Amino acid sequence: MTLKQVVNNVAEMPASKDAVVDIKNLSLTFQTADGPVYALSDVDLTINEGDFVSFIGPSGCGKTTLLRVIADLEKPTGGDISINGVSPEQARENRAYGYVFQAPALLPWRSIERNVTLPLEIMEISKEERIKRAHDALKLVELNGFEKKFPWQLSGGMQQRASIARALSFDADLLLMDEPFGALDEIVRDHLNEQLLKLWARTNKTVAFVTHSIPEAVYLSTKIVVMSPRPGRIIDVIETDFPRDRSLDIRETPEFLEIAHRVREGLRAGHSNDE
Amino acid sequence: MTPMKLDKFCLVGAIAALLALIFPLAGIDPDTGKQVAFVGDIPGLAIAMALCVIAGAAFTWLGVRTVISGAVILAVAVFGCSQAIATLYDYGVAGYAGTGFWLFIISLWAFVWRGIDVIANYRSLEMAKQQAANVIVPVAFGVWLLFVWEVVVSGFGVPQVLLPPPSMIGVRFVTSTDIMAADFYQTFVKAVLSGYVLGCGSAFVMAIAVDRVPFLKRGLLPLGNMVSALPIIGVAPIMVMWFGFDWQSKAAVIVIMTFFPMLVNTVTGLNAAGKLERDLMATYASGYWSTLFRLRLPAAMPFVFNALKINSTLALIGAIVAEFFGTPIVGMGFRISTEVGRMNIDMVWAEIALAALAGTVFYGAVAYIERKATSWHPSFRVRRH
Repeated sequence: MTLKQVVNNVAEMPASKDAVVDIKNLSLTFQTADGPVYALSDVDLTINEGDFVSFIGPSGCGKTTLLRVIADLEKPTGGDISINGVSPEQARENRAYGYVFQAPALLPWRSIERNVTLPLEIMEISKEERIKRAHDALKLVELNGFEKKFPWQLSGGMQQRASIARALSFDADLLLMDEPFGALDEIVRDHLNEQLLKLWARTNKTVAFVTHSIPEAVYLSTKIVVMSPRPGRIIDVIETDFPRDRSLDIRETPEFLEIAHRVREGLRAGHSNDE
Repeated sequence: MTPMKLDKFCLVGAIAALLALIFPLAGIDPDTGKQVAFVGDIPGLAIAMALCVIAGAAFTWLGVRTVISGAVILAVAVFGCSQAIATLYDYGVAGYAGTGFWLFIISLWAFVWRGIDVIANYRSLEMAKQQAANVIVPVAFGVWLLFVWEVVVSGFGVPQVLLPPPSMIGVRFVTSTDIMAADFYQTFVKAVLSGYVLGCGSAFVMAIAVDRVPFLKRGLLPLGNMVSALPIIGVAPIMVMWFGFDWQSKAAVIVIMTFFPMLVNTVTGLNAAGKLERDLMATYASGYWSTLFRLRLPAAMPFVFNALKINSTLALIGAIVAEFFGTPIVGMGFRISTEVGRMNIDMVWAEIALAALAGTVFYGAVAYIERKATSWHPSFRVRRH
């Protein structure tokens, strides 16, 4: 790999750099009535602990599929994948995943608090502990005070924050986010991106984040994975060296623009390949 | 202000009441060869008609805009209705109602229509007032229909065997409460409730099994479809032979009737949870039962309640029809079939009224529980901030 390896803030980097996700030669082919669809082909990727990895690419490039394979929601048809050294299925059984979907997917019959405690309930954690953790998680996403509200009483951005709180509540090793802010307007999105970064800096979680916004990907990530469609594959992996507690202002710096340019170039190359 | 607009309903009411004063009130008694009664002989009626003329004329010009004017119109109409009833029964006009009488009824109709219209369009931000208006409209409309039924049947002297007036049914209802209570207990409490609980409950459990076991879905659902198509008229006598004359055979008929709607709705409901929510549960490594209770059953509730509501009315129909094919000498269906034979049509109607009342209350109770249990559903949401 030809990666730009610049480590500025060594002190802020996690001490250990163990691979949380290790993918080798992974491929996934869907058999459909119109013939096979090559959703993923020859994917190699390592996600280290504490990484914030963004997957970017045009629709149909397999970025969501890759996330779903990591979460054991799809089975690969070839190659190897290990999460924390075990299979995705085993990792799922170990409750390693906090998944945030494109839509909030809150259960309408449960209050915000009880939505956040849902995974804890399934994991059979005691009631006092559940309520305490829900309270903490809601505080992280600045939703304290909304515990007793129902999802439909909250705005779209607040609902998505509640779903992030739900993913955080059980302290999963890996936070998987599939275009979580895709349906929100730019201002709310900026705000949530900022909050997400703070959260990531504070909790030191490993995050895999799917997006199709270049500024979002560059702003949030330590590692940007550029993907291209038909067949879905990785065409570039870019590591960034912004400090963990970066602000929105970095979007005006030359480094930011340079990385954004490289991402765009990668996306363009993937596209021309397609024609 | 827009140019003065005449209130058409009040105009019709005033003119009809005026004509009612002129046209003969009643027909001619064939025995005496004289008119049965005159408006002049009935002071209450004369006052009511005069009031209708005056109020009608006044509101034709003033227009009916406020709730108070609507209430005044309704009050005039109610007084008129009471006088019309008194005229029929106290002055012997029943069976001999003439053109004047019917014109008066038309006048009352116009006022009632206008009055209910005003209240139906009433909008208030105060919950209590709005709820009162929401209750008054259907009640007033129902009472008016009963009044028309009463007046038409009495006024034209319709034979009681064809259609008794509601007052007669009401009297029969009140004077035979002991029989009605026994019938209600036999048919509703014993047969309907037990059959309903058994039918809906077993179908619910079966739906979960069908959902879990694929071959049941392919094999049992079409079979259930066939069972639901069985005519209950054909099944009922067989059930009576199998389970005896008492309530058990009726409950069996109800089980057959209610089983399929519940089965189909629950199976559909169990698939109502979205893909995203299922994936979410999968990422938590939630087991089958955990997902069933935490996601799929709550999501299925609107469908389940739909079936419960459909079945609440089906169950009562099933029990009454099944009682036609053999029963101990008590029960609503039994009463209807025997009293028809004895030409006691008022008793038949009283039982029908009881069945309608029981069915409505039953349905209302299920709908109320539904509202409480699925208050999260978009159709019941109340914004509370």
